[in-house]
Parts: sequence; structure tokens; C-alpha cells
Amino acid sequence: MAGPLLRIRDLHLTMTSFDGAAHVLNGIDLTVQRGEIWGLVGESGCGKSLTGLSISRLVPTPPARYIRGEIRFEGRDLLQLPMREVQTLRGKRIGMIFQDPTTNLNPAYRIGEQLVDVALAAASHDASVLDCPADASRREKRRAARRLAGDMLDRVGIPNAKARLDNYPHEFSGGMRQRVLIAMALIGRPDLLIADEPTTALDVSVQAQILKLLKGTVADHDIGIILITHNLGVVAETCSHVAVMYAGNIVESGPVEEVIERPAHPYTQALMAAIPTKQSKRGTLKGLGGSVPNLVSPPPGCRFAPRCPLAVAECTQALPSAVEVGTAHHAACIRVTGTEVASDV
Amino acid sequence: MLYFILRRIVLLVPVVIGLTVIMFAIARLLPGDPVALAAGPNATQGEIEALAHEFGLDRPVWTQYFTYVGGLLHGDLGTSLLTRRPVAADIAAYLPATLELVIAAMLIAVAIGIPLGLATAVWRNRWPDYLSQVVAIGAISMPRFFLGLLLQLCFAMWLMWLPLGGRLPIIVIPPPSVTGFLTIDTLIAGDMHAFSMAMRHLAMPAIAMSLSPLATIMRMMRASTIEVMNQDYVTTARALGLPRGKIILKYVARNAISATLTVIGLYFGWLLGGTVLVETVFDWPGLGLYATKAIISQDMMPVIGVALVIGLLFVAANLVIDLLYGVINPKVRYS
Ligand SMILES: Nc1ncnc2c1ncn2[C@@H]1O[C@H](COP(=O)(O)OP(=O)(O)OP(=O)(O)O)[C@@H](O)[C@H]1O
Ligand SMILES: [Mg+2]
Repeated sequence: MAGPLLRIRDLHLTMTSFDGAAHVLNGIDLTVQRGEIWGLVGESGCGKSLTGLSISRLVPTPPARYIRGEIRFEGRDLLQLPMREVQTLRGKRIGMIFQDPTTNLNPAYRIGEQLVDVALAAASHDASVLDCPADASRREKRRAARRLAGDMLDRVGIPNAKARLDNYPHEFSGGMRQRVLIAMALIGRPDLLIADEPTTALDVSVQAQILKLLKGTVADHDIGIILITHNLGVVAETCSHVAVMYAGNIVESGPVEEVIERPAHPYTQALMAAIPTKQSKRGTLKGLGGSVPNLVSPPPGCRFAPRCPLAVAECTQALPSAVEVGTAHHAACIRVTGTEVASDV
Repeated sequence: MLYFILRRIVLLVPVVIGLTVIMFAIARLLPGDPVALAAGPNATQGEIEALAHEFGLDRPVWTQYFTYVGGLLHGDLGTSLLTRRPVAADIAAYLPATLELVIAAMLIAVAIGIPLGLATAVWRNRWPDYLSQVVAIGAISMPRFFLGLLLQLCFAMWLMWLPLGGRLPIIVIPPPSVTGFLTIDTLIAGDMHAFSMAMRHLAMPAIAMSLSPLATIMRMMRASTIEVMNQDYVTTARALGLPRGKIILKYVARNAISATLTVIGLYFGWLLGGTVLVETVFDWPGLGLYATKAIISQDMMPVIGVALVIGLLFVAANLVIDLLYGVINPKVRYS
């Protein structure tokens, strides 16, 4: 079997701010295979978006700086690749969808034109994206791209797709706009799709449809997805795997049923406890005092220690490394050893 | 869209009424006797009264007002005491020169200001950006007449590349008037020599007029480009692999221009009303000079007429801008 689609190893990222360098990503490890949907969860500001944006090299440097680590996409380290090469991967091999469907489409152009632009950009690196010969004229390519755009809209479930190519973004509902954005992200046939809170701005029924659509895409095209969300309910329904982030670290990761049924890390346990109360707000956790630590001078050792109900003195000594607590199930907490789940014994 | 335009025109009515009422009131309140001024220093009391009677200025002011408004309804702007000609005819003679000057200035300002604003935003905080910011501040703060004098000194006196003033040399026979714009009329007449003369005469006053709108448009365009470049849809376009040039020239530029359009419309009206000094410096026979002469001799009809025409053009310019705004920005289509 070939290597993983994406392998992030020990990724460290600092952000220069007024107070100094903030260590916003502090050793991220994440491996995504084709056919997997990884949920990336955690409180606001823990670095989910920066992790996703780093894969497409969309984090502006400065203020950001990659201290160490690697992001290997099909074996090639994206951090070492010249930007011109990264550019050829965007849209074509790595697609992205963002949170707010109203602001992520250009209001001045018909959606058909925006889809065609993405398709043509992808085709300029790989002619097979369009269903026409590589030496076709520009007109022919445009026509092929437009045909493809219509097919894509149809595939993401937009009724009367061909006719709607000529509509402007504001003529669509929020859910339909997010479908358009998914079509845009998929039109270049990417192998990895990064979706940063794609349903947060949508109401619950639309949210379920969009998630079903993403799930179907993985099944049909054998791609990998990273689904960034702060909602464990979404993860449970949609994802095959989950990585829980806290203040720039992945504190627990593994197959979704494993992690949800036997959460090992105290932070995951706290997150789980917060699920049933659906009204629990973003960024606040039931039963957990305090807030996300200051990342300019983070607490020594485990960054969760100051809020952790199970913390002991050793927790502030060194950053705990991940240990296997089940099949492919890892947690980074000194209170977990072997197959033991952290508990107050 | 028709409704949109109609509504604008209806809104003009109170503007016209307000303007005429105020101007009539001012005419009444101003000290001095415009009729005596127009009749000349040697006129007898009888001659002055006869002149006042001829122009209806001996009647009560509200009668004068309603006569004027009645005339307005069929395009009569009254008669100038000074030139003894219908104001409408005078304006028709002077307006094209001013319009040609203002339009040329705005074309220069837009053609240079928009790309420059876009470029300085894309390469912001490098030296070309800083340089153009400094030059822009200088251009905005320099009085136009002073700039005009500098240009004359440089290009007409020292280098002798361009004529000092006027619209055409006396020895050149003007083309038959079609649009009143000499640059266009000479082209229509196919007289290339006269065309190049007209362009050379237009160049300096137009540049002098264009610099301050150019600088403002550039700064506005720079600011809105920076704002648009931070929009989510630009990030999405980058994330999906669109080439940088296409993102800037297509996705960013169009949205940034729509924010800059308003300034362009405002500046157009502002320039129309502010041509006097440049027209004086360059001896440009336009509305500004005409209105100034009228004001000095307290000849109110031309003053009101010019104010009305400029007001109308201002509204028309902003209407065009709003229509353009709808073309660029589909979401605001005349709702
Ligand atoms: N451009 C930037 N400049 C400085 N700091 C930044 C920048 N972008 C993000 N950060 C900081 O990096 C940290 C992680 O941000 P990130 O956007 O990845 O969080 P997140 O987990 O996606 O949060 P949310 O759930 O709110 O989207 C935050 O503390 C944020 O303040
Ligand atoms: Mg985020």
C-alpha cells in the first residue's frame, strides 16, 4: 500500500503579535488516508484553522513562522516546496471550503464563471480535468469547463443546475451557496478536501444535507477529508476519525467510535460532557473553569494542566507525548498509561 | 431601471425650487444696483429705469420669480443684463469648453488613478507605494491654479512644448460645431492638424485639473483594493488555485472599482463647479469665466442659470455612476 495521503509531523507555528511570538501550533501530528474523514475539534482559537490553512500554505508569513515539522502530501513536504509548486496543488489536488458561504463567493460574478475559472486553473496543470484534448482551443476549453461546472452543480444537488450557472451568488440561499462552494472545491478533482466549519453558518437541516454530501464524496471518489468543527455531534455523525486539539496540540486522536466511547484525555472527556447540552456556546465548556491559555507564554508542560481536574505536579514538567490507548487511538496525557484511561483514582 | 431614473428626476424638482428661491433672495439682499452697473457709468436715471423696465426688474420680486420659473418650464433661463443675450444661448456657447476640460481631466484621473491605486495596493509598503503616497498628498494639497502656473512655466515658457492658453490658435479655423468639443469636432471634420492643436491646448489645463482627483482616486482605489484583498472570496480563490494575476485583475479589481466609483462621481461635479481658476490661468473660454464675470457685475440670471446647469450635470453624473455601480455590482441593481 502506498504511503498516506497526508502526514503532518511535529508541526510548530508561531505568530508574531504585539506581545511577542505566540506558539499557536505546538507539535501537530496528523495522518490522513484516502477514504478517511478526519474531524478536527477543539475550542475557539486552538489552531484548527491554522492547521488547515497550513496545508494549502495560505498562512501569511510573516506574521506566521514555521519553526519546525513537515507537512507531507503524498510524500512531498509542502513546507519545502517552492510556492509556484504549491500553487499547482491548490484546487487541483487540495480543495478547501470555508465557513461562511455568503462571503466566500465573489458577489460580482455569476457562479458559472467562478466555477469555470477554477476548472480552467486546475486544467492548466492537468488537462484531464476537462473532458477535452489538451491542445483544444481556449473556446473549446471554456465550453468544456462550463459543461463540467453544470455537472458539478448537479452532483452537489442543486436543482436545475445548468440554468443556475448564470445566477449571481446573492440569488442563492445559504445552503445552496455552500453547495456551490463545495462544487467549486471539487471541480478540480482534489484528493484531499479541507472543510473549515462548512456548516457552522447554516441551519441544522441544511447542515445535515451538506455533511451527507461530503460523506458521499468520500465514498464516491476515495478522497480524504479534514473536517474542522467545534461540534462533536457533527463529528460523531460524519467522521471516521477524530483529532481533538487544545491550545496548539492534538491531545487525543483515533477512530471516532473509539474516542467517543472511551475518551482517554481529560479534555476530551470534558468536551464529551458538554455535548448533551446543545445550547453550550462555542468556546465555553460545561464543567471546565478558566479559558484557553495565553499562547505567548504558555503554561509549562501540559497546556491543559491549569484547567485540568486531574492535574498533578508532574503535569507542569514536560509536554506529554502521545501514547497508544487502543487500536490507532492515542492520547497525550501522563495520567493515561497503556490501555488505562485517565481517571481520578 | 426606468423607475430608478424617473425617481431621480422627480427628486430634482425640490432642488431646482430651492436653488432658484435662494438665488433670488440673495439677488435681492445684495447691496448695489446691477442695472446701473449694466447701463454703464454715463447712463442717465431715465436710461437706467428704461433698462430695468425692459428686463422686468422694476416689478415685485415674486412676480419676477414666477416669470422666471414659468420661463424655465420651456427652457428659458432669462436674459443676461451684461451680454443682453439669452442666458441659455450663452451657456450653450460656454458649457462645451468646460465639459471638455472636466471630462478630459476625469479621464486622465481615472485612467491613471485606478491602475496606480491597484498597483500600490498589491505592492504596498514597498518604495513605489511610499513614493506615490507622498506625491499624492502633495498633489491633493497643491492649489490647482498654482499647479497650472507651474505647468505653464515649465512646458510653455521653458520647454515651449505646449501653448500657454486658449482652445485653438487664432490662425486655425475652428471646425463646424457638432458636439462643441473641439477635440471631437476636429476629428469629425477630419482635420488632423486642428485636432492635434486642440489636444495640445487641452493638455495643460486638463492635467492641472486632473491631479487632485487623480490622487484621491488613487488613494481610494488603494484603500478599497486592500480591503477587497482581505475578503473571504479572495482567500477562496487563492485556495482553489486561481493564478495571482487573474485574482487581482479580475476578482479584486472589479469589486474595488465599485467602491471607488462614488468618489469619481462626486469629483466630477466638484470639478464642474470649480473650473474658474484653471479657466482663468489658461484663458479657457468656459462656464467658470462666464459665471465669474456675471457675479462681478451682479448679473443674477446667468449666475442662477449656471448654478442650475451645473447642478443638473452633477445629478446626471451621479446617476450615471449609480447605473455603472449596478452594472459592476449585481446585488444592488436599482432596488
Ligand atoms: N493572522 C493572524 N495573526 C495573528 N494571530 C493569529 C492569526 N490567525 C490566527 N491567529 C491566532 O492563532 C490562534 C489559532 O487560530 P485559529 O484561527 O487556527 O483558531 P481556530 O481553532 O480555527 O478557532 P475558531 O474555532 O475560532 O475558528 C488564535 O489564538 C489566533 O488568535
Ligand atoms: Mg477557525
